[in-house]
Amino acid sequence: MEIFVCVKRVPDTGENEIELDSGSNGIKRDDLVYSINEWDNYAVEEAIQIREKHGGSVTVVTVDNEEGDEVLRREMAMGADRGVLVMDKAFEGSDGRGIASILKAVVEKEHYDLVLTGVQADDGAAQIGGLLAAMLGWPYASIVNEIEILDEKKIRIHREVAGGNLEVYEVDLPCVLSVQTGINEPRYVPIRGVMKAAGLDVPVYGTADLGLSPESVGEAGATVKVKNYFVPEAGDRAEMLEGSTEEIIDKLIDLLKSKGGVR
Amino acid sequence: MCLFIDPDLCTACEACVESCPFGAITLVDDLAQADETCNLCGACEDVCPVQAITIEKKTGAPAADGYEGVWIFAEHRQGKLAQVAFELLGEGRRLADQLGVALGAVLFGHDVKEEADQLFAYGADTVYLADDPALAGFTDDMYGVLLAKMINEHQPEIVLCGATSIGRSFIPKVATILGTGLTADCTGLGIRSSDRLLLQTRPAFGGNIMATIVCPAGRPQMATVRTRVFRRGPYQEGRKGELVEIDVARKNIVSRTRLLEVVTDLSEKVNLAEADVLVAGGRGLGEEKNFDLLRELADLLNAGVGASRGAVDAGWISYAHQVGQTGKTVSPKLYIACGISGAVQHQVGMQSSDVIVAINKDPNAPIFDVANYGLVGDLFDIVPLMIKRIKTARS
Repeated sequence: MEIFVCVKRVPDTGENEIELDSGSNGIKRDDLVYSINEWDNYAVEEAIQIREKHGGSVTVVTVDNEEGDEVLRREMAMGADRGVLVMDKAFEGSDGRGIASILKAVVEKEHYDLVLTGVQADDGAAQIGGLLAAMLGWPYASIVNEIEILDEKKIRIHREVAGGNLEVYEVDLPCVLSVQTGINEPRYVPIRGVMKAAGLDVPVYGTADLGLSPESVGEAGATVKVKNYFVPEAGDRAEMLEGSTEEIIDKLIDLLKSKGGVR
Repeated sequence: MCLFIDPDLCTACEACVESCPFGAITLVDDLAQADETCNLCGACEDVCPVQAITIEKKTGAPAADGYEGVWIFAEHRQGKLAQVAFELLGEGRRLADQLGVALGAVLFGHDVKEEADQLFAYGADTVYLADDPALAGFTDDMYGVLLAKMINEHQPEIVLCGATSIGRSFIPKVATILGTGLTADCTGLGIRSSDRLLLQTRPAFGGNIMATIVCPAGRPQMATVRTRVFRRGPYQEGRKGELVEIDVARKNIVSRTRLLEVVTDLSEKVNLAEADVLVAGGRGLGEEKNFDLLRELADLLNAGVGASRGAVDAGWISYAHQVGQTGKTVSPKLYIACGISGAVQHQVGMQSSDVIVAINKDPNAPIFDVANYGLVGDLFDIVPLMIKRIKTARS
């Protein structure tokens, strides 16, 4: 099973205060702390587990600038076989469609049976998997929380649907799946793996390597554009119940009585 | 359609016929021919041994001219219209009125014709109904190809769908086939009067920042919209509209995903959506057995038990209990969040509750931004005391 996993780094919203730049057309990115998008990490772990059981290889790919190298090496330290950094000035300002068309070109450079993405990214719109599948002409299933390889032609998956239900599907390969957190328990990155990954070669692909015209991607090729960013109006913060624990409980019980919790 | 088959090169080898996942290519007079179900996926282009097939992907977006009207996709569950369908009707009606155009509702399913009356009553001018056994269960291929085909034919300027598991799954495919832009997970919509553009607002960067997005040239302008953000419009008894029945040429669409079964969680009775009171736990509970504490409180309050994604991912409680973006959206009269930090993904699932009470150790936890009342403290002190107090009051 040759598996392709799309990964990206995202501003760590736990570590950063995200601020607008002066023109409100972007955010201040200089001092941000980035980490791997949580969902993507589960997708990589799942790919590694499938390889361990069925053989094949795991390739992790990111569309980024040179900073993306670190994320790729982290996932390679975890156990991915290869990393590919997709980087070009022309890619900057791509919308979801642009990113998906770039990834499509990378997928088509070689043979893959399965493409995994995370369900969503903290800074994204949860659409790359679906767009990529449609562009490749491959079947797609979203919010997958279990994958079982049946044979070389098909797999069985569970996907989460509204109302707390699960749907079980059989899907033809090759296909694209978006992977939900909780599908597995991502392994820790071993120190030995970090050292090994540091020495590996990470190829860099640009427009020329992928046969893409610069006008079809980046800002030039974007169909949707961010008009502006703004900070949402903060709602009123919670009224804090204060005092000793006993007093707090008194207030809380009164509150529950008046709000219909305690009858 | 922009698929060209060069008659001088085609050798009628049928490689493309075999390769087409949609059964859109047939041999006619020893020449391959694609019908209208072709979605330009390119599978045939790749296999043609003599390069007779070329696909001219639309470069740039289709022109805005001639596109008119607002469409909403009316999702249902087992034949019963989903909440989000009514919310989209309400918002779609508002946008359509502002633009001075008609509101269309698209309904896919089997034996769902009766639901059309409801769509009219809640604001639709036209209902596009595709009623067929093959549409009874959702599949990306069927729904995606069919909706794209209908949009091509009727050319609405705006298409809205719920950001549900179904909408997230097949709308990207529709946008790709049509070569237009898509904005996912919108929480606000508006019309810019100067150029009739749809202003699509969505949270970015974990909800700390909002982005307003436009699709200047592509048509239709497509967006998925979060559930429980917009209000349903008024019910107008006896309101009528035009019913357009769509012929489903389903033999031409081969689905490559096959629904085997729907698993409903039967191990525990979970009906979060209808509970008046919910007690929910997060990572702060620390381990599985501590959910028993919440269950005890929930029993006393006749409440349901919810959970954050963190608690579900840790395996402490089943997914059926998950509240949030990828779980359930709830709006009880009272929501008590215990040990839940309140990531935006959780907030979108519970912020429309009437009253939210949050208990958390961390005074800076984001849950306090969305809660009405907050208690900073250890839930293992507070919850047992609550239980004791309620029991004492009852005895």
